[in-house]
Amino acid sequence: MNTSAGASEKNQAAETGGAASYFSALWAVIWKDLAAEWRSRELLSAMLVFALLVILIFNFALELDALARNNVTSGVLWVTFAFAGTLGLNRSMAVEKDRGCLDGLLLAPVDRSVIFFGKAISNLVFMLVVAAIVLPVYSILYNVNLFRPGLMLVIFLGSTGYVAVGTLLSSMAVQARTRDILLPILLFPVAIPLLVAAVKASAGFLQALPIEDIRPWLNLLGVYDVIFIAVAFMVFDFVVEE
Amino acid sequence: MMIEVRRLIKRFGPKLVLRNLEFNVAQGEFVALLGPNGAGKTTFLRILSSLSRASLGEVRIAGFSLPHQAAQVRQQLGVVSHLPLLYGELNAEENLRFYGKMYAVPALDRRINEVLKLVGLSQRRRDLVRTYSRGMQQRLTIGRAVLHNPSVLLMDEPHTGLDQDACEMLDGVLREVAAQGHTIVMTSHDLARAAGLASRFDVLTRGSIQASVQRTDLPEDGLLAFYRQALESATAARVERSAL
Repeated sequence: MNTSAGASEKNQAAETGGAASYFSALWAVIWKDLAAEWRSRELLSAMLVFALLVILIFNFALELDALARNNVTSGVLWVTFAFAGTLGLNRSMAVEKDRGCLDGLLLAPVDRSVIFFGKAISNLVFMLVVAAIVLPVYSILYNVNLFRPGLMLVIFLGSTGYVAVGTLLSSMAVQARTRDILLPILLFPVAIPLLVAAVKASAGFLQALPIEDIRPWLNLLGVYDVIFIAVAFMVFDFVVEE
Repeated sequence: MMIEVRRLIKRFGPKLVLRNLEFNVAQGEFVALLGPNGAGKTTFLRILSSLSRASLGEVRIAGFSLPHQAAQVRQQLGVVSHLPLLYGELNAEENLRFYGKMYAVPALDRRINEVLKLVGLSQRRRDLVRTYSRGMQQRLTIGRAVLHNPSVLLMDEPHTGLDQDACEMLDGVLREVAAQGHTIVMTSHDLARAAGLASRFDVLTRGSIQASVQRTDLPEDGLLAFYRQALESATAARVERSAL
């Protein structure tokens, strides 16, 4: 093996690889997270159990008539998604940190946005899987029809924003000894605009309000997503650096 | 020079961890970096590996400077740390494939086969890494580190936590890796093991290189005497400085 001879060739290859190697590395991070989770089911099972417990507790704690049920559904749903999502975001980064794998990722000669987007996309998949299981259970428990395309769109936009900001903050919190309590403290204040918009937009679709009434909240969700994905893209490198 | 370090300073708040450290390694050298706990060995390796930034000073690896050309430097580096940097829920082959894609390794299947053979894990390639012993994990860690054929291998106490047999097996892998022309810097507390592997021995104390000797120039009473003498000189110099 001639190590020095290969050095310049490898750098040339890395530079010319460009988009193909970026997306290959991005897919590798996503695949790795999904494959590891598929085998351990550590993260998803914790998120799911937690989410189901939350909606069960709400079901028993609030004795609701049909009108009240419609009014609280979007709030209960987003509280459930936010709490379960925080659990997943925390665990997803902690797994990387505990075995030194975060260093392994940071040592790779790829743009560090690959790590952010890879982790964010897999976190989004986990959140959407939880949502896909929680929605039918909620529908049965509360006798509410949740299968509306508008609501699905809100869940997707809201979850995207939540994992974007959550992945960024969890990579910051994971460096601290108090990471388990630090993430919610950092995340919830930043996510308030997103959660308010998601709750309002969800309620709008559930109450069949005209789209004009819902559009401002959808716009807010979209803008929040774009802003926080851009911010994370720009600052992730500094956040993970020692 | 494969590694060039000039007047390197690292501070953690008010604490000065590395003091004007000078360090050069030629291509193909195997340097054992010795020193007591808290000497700054791990901090130094983290700076070389681009995981931490120097407060001041110049670091060049394979002609690329840190931190400005960090991506190019990372392409030249293989790193073995205290932790395995492996995913327990993936098998050996999947771990290597994952890192191979992160490093854009060409002809990845062939390279994975070569590396698994090198570290003696071809038979266990489909077993989940969490079922491996510490020794096997460490061998796979070295496989991961050399997968992209790096010019420089940085190893932070690679023998930590291994039993005698696993240490010997690891030494065999390291000798083979060294024979392939990699430049290696390894920190160690185990002088006997370092003596059997390295071609040069540097002693790092209180944040700077106190002494350096080539294997061929080692005194007759061996590495232990050289190491003790380096520590005593460092202590004497410190006492002298504080007396002034």
